[in-house]
Amino acid sequence: MQRGRSDVEELAEDESGEELLLSSDRSRQAHITSSSSAEASLRLAFAKFQSTVSAHSPMESNQAKPSLLASESDSQRTLSPYVTGTSVVALKYKDGILMAADMGGSYGSTLRYKSMSRMTPVGKHSLLGASGEISDFQEICKYLDELILHDSMWDDGNSLGPKEVHNYLTRVMYNRRNKFDPFWNSLVLGGVKKGEKYLGMVSMIGLSFVDDHVATGFGNHLARPILRDEWREDLSFEDGVKLLEKCMRVLLYRDRSAVNKLQIAKITEEGVTISQPYSLKTFWGFTAFNNPTAGAEGS
Amino acid sequence: MSRFSPYDNNGGSCVAIAGADYCVIASDTRMSTGYNILTRDHSKIYKLADKCILASSGFQADMKALQKLLAARHLIYQHQHNKQMSCPAMGQLLSNTLYYKRFFPYYTFNVLGGLDNEGKGCVYTYDAVGSYERVGYSAQGSGSVLIMPFLDNQLKSPSPLLLPAQDAVTPLSQSEAIDLVKTCFASATERDIHTVSSRVLFLPKYMVYLMFFFLLPVMPSLGNVENVAF
Repeated sequence: MQRGRSDVEELAEDESGEELLLSSDRSRQAHITSSSSAEASLRLAFAKFQSTVSAHSPMESNQAKPSLLASESDSQRTLSPYVTGTSVVALKYKDGILMAADMGGSYGSTLRYKSMSRMTPVGKHSLLGASGEISDFQEICKYLDELILHDSMWDDGNSLGPKEVHNYLTRVMYNRRNKFDPFWNSLVLGGVKKGEKYLGMVSMIGLSFVDDHVATGFGNHLARPILRDEWREDLSFEDGVKLLEKCMRVLLYRDRSAVNKLQIAKITEEGVTISQPYSLKTFWGFTAFNNPTAGAEGS
Repeated sequence: MSRFSPYDNNGGSCVAIAGADYCVIASDTRMSTGYNILTRDHSKIYKLADKCILASSGFQADMKALQKLLAARHLIYQHQHNKQMSCPAMGQLLSNTLYYKRFFPYYTFNVLGGLDNEGKGCVYTYDAVGSYERVGYSAQGSGSVLIMPFLDNQLKSPSPLLLPAQDAVTPLSQSEAIDLVKTCFASATERDIHTVSSRVLFLPKYMVYLMFFFLLPVMPSLGNVENVAF
């Protein structure tokens, strides 16, 4: 325990002098600087917590090296995602919600799976789309299946709407984050119940909000500005699809983990329809691409 | 490979000013992460009891969890005591709740505003782990470093070290206080990227009368013509 205490102080000193760059997982690019004393005390408290966690871990006693934090090989938790899906983009339109996601599952930089459907209906009123770790998405789907099942077993004529499902997902994600074992996903939850449209998002640390249009991952950087400019209240279905395709096309051009095979899902009061997979037309006939090595040394 | 961090700072500022028989609580509505804006329309204010309103900034998921926890505790209190919690009582509860998570804190910077048992305005200001103090006015959040000195200058609160203890509530009228808060946000917006003054939520409390209204953008150079008032 003696050693543990001095390590904590060391760690605290270490951290208070530098900037921590968080993992640039998809859209999360926050910098935390310890300029304020409140944040420094937070970090100290956090560091203390880390040390108590690792000191009590049963693996610690077997380790030869006196590391303060348990190394990745010991942990049973997801510390980095493996098979990931890229952005999901969604918007509210006249009759409900439109959501688009491509069908790619990347294994690092390899586009390993090209037929992963990353959107799924939830109950009668909601549609879930996920980016990030696919296995965690599948686990969330299992949880939601159980939730919907138990709800329908009450047989009371009421069914969980998108607001309830969104709240449930927020709590699940937040609780996993509290245990330092997050579901490595950004979830988009959209739906219509009793004429009211609902569209929200949950991040992997439990951050949640609602808005008229949302996008995860790269979509947040590339699609959201387009949506902010061109989205308006009461879009028709055709206009909504056109707008989504515009966003997906930009993502296809600029996101290296995007594949040209996407599905568009629509949810209205009547129910969920997920389209068949299709491809977007792309244009590569720019003069700059015609002879890319023109003028280069040795060409 | 950088480690998973359970925290994020979603920016924004909150301000509260206590008056003789009112309390003004205000916050902006921008939610951001890093240099991105997640949404422009997210309120940081939450009504806990009739005479008690919580405004917090920091990490939104922790804010939400804290609000839910306090709301649940308040409901239990109402069932057990057959009355609403007073603002000082809620102040103590919030402090204890925050300290409960001393070793994995709620990343929230809170301001609790309301009316105390005598009907006077009261403002409690907190740090992330529960240290709190009753004051006449406070600002928390990313813009607090810009707003607080301005409030100190304008409100000239007497030192808490004086004996006999002097009242920290401001002698300003409610509308003057509201104008002051509008100016605070206008100034903070100039220099703090996480705060905007185009939409500010106000809760001026006169007894139990609540009013919401949005603020006109003070900077025409932004080209923002959002103008909702009623």
